Amino acid sequence: MKKTLLSLRELSKHFGDKTVLDALNLDILDGEFITLLGPSGCGKTTLLRLIAGFEHPDAGTITLDGTDLTQVPPEHRPLNTVFQHYALFPHMSVFDNVAYGLKMEKRPKDEIRQRVDEVLAMVQLQDFARRKPHQLSGGQQQRVAIARAVVKRPRLLLLDEPLSALDYKLRRTMQVELKRLQRELGITFVFVTHDQEEALSMSDRVVVLKGGLVQQLGTPREVYERPANLFTAGFVGETNLFPGRVLSQADDSISVDVLGFKRTLRRPGFKVQDGQPVHVLLRPEDIRVLDPDGDQGVAGKIVERNYKGSTLDSVIQLEDGTEVLASEFFDEDDPMFDYRLGEPVRVSWVDGWEWLLPEEAGEIADRELSADA
Amino acid sequence: MKTWLPRTYLTLVYILLYVPIVVLVVFSFNDARTGYDWGGLSLRWYEALFNNTAMVRAMWNSLWLALSAATVSTLIGALTALALHRYRFRGKRVLNGMLFVVMMSPEIVLAISLLALFLLVGLQLGYVSLLLAHVTFCLPFVVITVMARLSGFDESLPEAARDLGASDFIMTRTVLIPAIMPALLAGWLLGFTLSLDDVVVSTFVSGPSYEILPLRIYSMVRVGLKPEVNALGTLLLVFSLVMLMLSQWILIRSKR
Amino acid sequence: MHSIRQQPFKTAVLALVWGWLLFLVLAPNLLVVGASVMTRDPATFLSLPLNLDAYRQLFDPLYLDVFLHSLYMAAMTTLICLLIGYPFAWALSKVARQRQLLLIFLLIVPFWTNSLVRTYALKLILATNGLLNKALLSVGLIEEPLQMLYTEGAVIIGLVYLLLPFMILPLYSVFDDLRQELLLASHDLGAGRLATFVHVIVPLTLPGVLAGVMLVLLPAMGLFFVPDILGGSRNLLVGNVIKNQFLDARNWPFGAAASILLTLAMALLMFAHKLSKRRLGEEGA
Repeated sequence: MKKTLLSLRELSKHFGDKTVLDALNLDILDGEFITLLGPSGCGKTTLLRLIAGFEHPDAGTITLDGTDLTQVPPEHRPLNTVFQHYALFPHMSVFDNVAYGLKMEKRPKDEIRQRVDEVLAMVQLQDFARRKPHQLSGGQQQRVAIARAVVKRPRLLLLDEPLSALDYKLRRTMQVELKRLQRELGITFVFVTHDQEEALSMSDRVVVLKGGLVQQLGTPREVYERPANLFTAGFVGETNLFPGRVLSQADDSISVDVLGFKRTLRRPGFKVQDGQPVHVLLRPEDIRVLDPDGDQGVAGKIVERNYKGSTLDSVIQLEDGTEVLASEFFDEDDPMFDYRLGEPVRVSWVDGWEWLLPEEAGEIADRELSADA
Repeated sequence: MKTWLPRTYLTLVYILLYVPIVVLVVFSFNDARTGYDWGGLSLRWYEALFNNTAMVRAMWNSLWLALSAATVSTLIGALTALALHRYRFRGKRVLNGMLFVVMMSPEIVLAISLLALFLLVGLQLGYVSLLLAHVTFCLPFVVITVMARLSGFDESLPEAARDLGASDFIMTRTVLIPAIMPALLAGWLLGFTLSLDDVVVSTFVSGPSYEILPLRIYSMVRVGLKPEVNALGTLLLVFSLVMLMLSQWILIRSKR
Repeated sequence: MHSIRQQPFKTAVLALVWGWLLFLVLAPNLLVVGASVMTRDPATFLSLPLNLDAYRQLFDPLYLDVFLHSLYMAAMTTLICLLIGYPFAWALSKVARQRQLLLIFLLIVPFWTNSLVRTYALKLILATNGLLNKALLSVGLIEEPLQMLYTEGAVIIGLVYLLLPFMILPLYSVFDDLRQELLLASHDLGAGRLATFVHVIVPLTLPGVLAGVMLVLLPAMGLFFVPDILGGSRNLLVGNVIKNQFLDARNWPFGAAASILLTLAMALLMFAHKLSKRRLGEEGA
């Protein structure tokens, strides 16, 4: 078990009468790559700025390794930031940018030179030390920004959507490179992004944020396969949500009616009663598209087909109008594989891969309202 | 962050900037004969001003000069800006540089060089020499104003017009000119005010045949106090305020 | 390539503006250079023997004193404008956007108002029996009216008053462009307020400082009507010398040489400004 490095307790922040963070608790472990994921306005950037010290919380504490940082100004916090738009000093060379933090620590000249050279070599920019930031490409500027932050050997590195300004291909390369750097340096990375794919592929753990609250904290796999609520399910990856109803319960399994099928599933983490409506969640890659003449699954027809290279994505409309998203690995040799638009098919899914979520407060209220009417 | 400190500071500087102007306006309604004491409200200095025929003539001369200088410099300036924006040609950087130098040059340097030229070619100092001089120092300001507007202009609009079948000339008339209209008006107003305000250049290139307002004021205020100047200054202030608001209004409205 | 026939508009416009600039800017300036190396002539202003007498005359102790005094007043004016204008522009850039527009408007209103009239208004305040003395006497800060008008101080006050907006506007523009992120980055890397100011804010606002200095220092040497109205006969600017030499003393070579001095000062400042901008990579590297 890794020990906690940074601990956030009951952290709140308001801008005017807008609540950005609402008594948030979070423990960040030493040496992990943790990602704050959420839509814009979820409070992830504010959280990062609070940790960095650019904003002060209205309530709550921030402790690093047992030291209370809440009132410490940013220049005295043993952590550094990689800014979204890099924030390189335009009047300084690459070398001077990277050396800036060490100069502020009043390190001897020799040590500065040696450490800067070292870190520039690590990001493969040793030949660019004399250049000015505006003479570098976006990817190179990005590397300087990282070098400038890690040269101080911070306990924690904060990265505020650092890849958002790069094009797709460069972003992929930098993702790999960031992972490598993090492993080599052993520094804890707190990474902010709104790109769920990026979050899943890079992190040890993901924090899903919405409305200033932690929606879920877990490994990428947990977050994707076992979402804690409808928001996480919808925000992380594509989802099919089917209405289900609890039929009966046993010790560690329950039986649920989904689209007219009776399925026996593992008992979920929440309390259920017989007859209670639940959400049955299936990822598009769990869905199987079958021959229309078979007797398995539900009948429907293909309404959309998208070729994605490695997968083939389809939208299938069931007879009751429900649309189902399916994503299948492409198999050129399968003659049955290529359905046309409008063609009838049957839809099934891998048994046991369903994930159950309870109805949420708003939905229950809505249902009762319509029942009254 | 404390906000009262910067706020107090800003207010203080604004007060210092406006105290002389307020004093001027207040004293223009002063009934007292001597300049420094308050003798009750009166419009006598405005009356005196309008009864001073030499002053009134200088006023008309100045207005006419400012009007023509602003118009000519706007025409030439706008064409220059369009050419700088649209065409590649040899010496473009030199042209740009020359305009910049004219703008930055101390007025007095421009003034004596023009005086030397006019005397050399034997031009009678008067309206024409004033006009040439004023257009020259207004020109770069107009070019800059129009260029700023053009640089924020969506490059694909002229191309779209050409694509839809407009000739170069028609495109200029129907797309470019309307787009830079606010800048033309702003540039014109700027030229007008610069011309009306100029003392330094006019001192050198005007002759007795064409007396203009700033020089008239100059000769009055060099010695002692002339309460009519308070009245005149107030009128000029109101006039420039109206012009300035007009130009700001045009610029702001065009951004919407 | 387009031939001239195909682009009559372009040719006409370029001919017009080049003609104007060559005839009314380049030629006159060459004339001034020429005049500066000729000999003074009471009848025709200038006569032939070419010499550098005028430049030698610039270093005549009598004029050298005037020039140095003028330079001193211009430098003081610039310094005061910078000291007032730098924090002013900084504070202005922090104000909410909507109010900023109004404040900038208020800043340029005086600039659009006749500068002679505004200089004259200062006279009402600074005179021996003017408003400032009256105010000071009435609150008992002074016993006797102070001599403020016709002093070096009055000239500097007048110049600061006329030129302050020219210092503030370029400074405001650099502060407005200053990205908040850079200041945060500096703090993040361990720099306190002072270190951030010295290492980040000052270098990044330097082009604005130099532009402001250029826009203030040069006019502060040339605006001859300010000393005429506020300064009396002892506090002259280079501008007064040039004007007197041209219009009164009819010593053209000397006036021309003095004006070339001003032009050289301008060239120097423009060069410094360009360098400072290039350092930031704002112009082609």
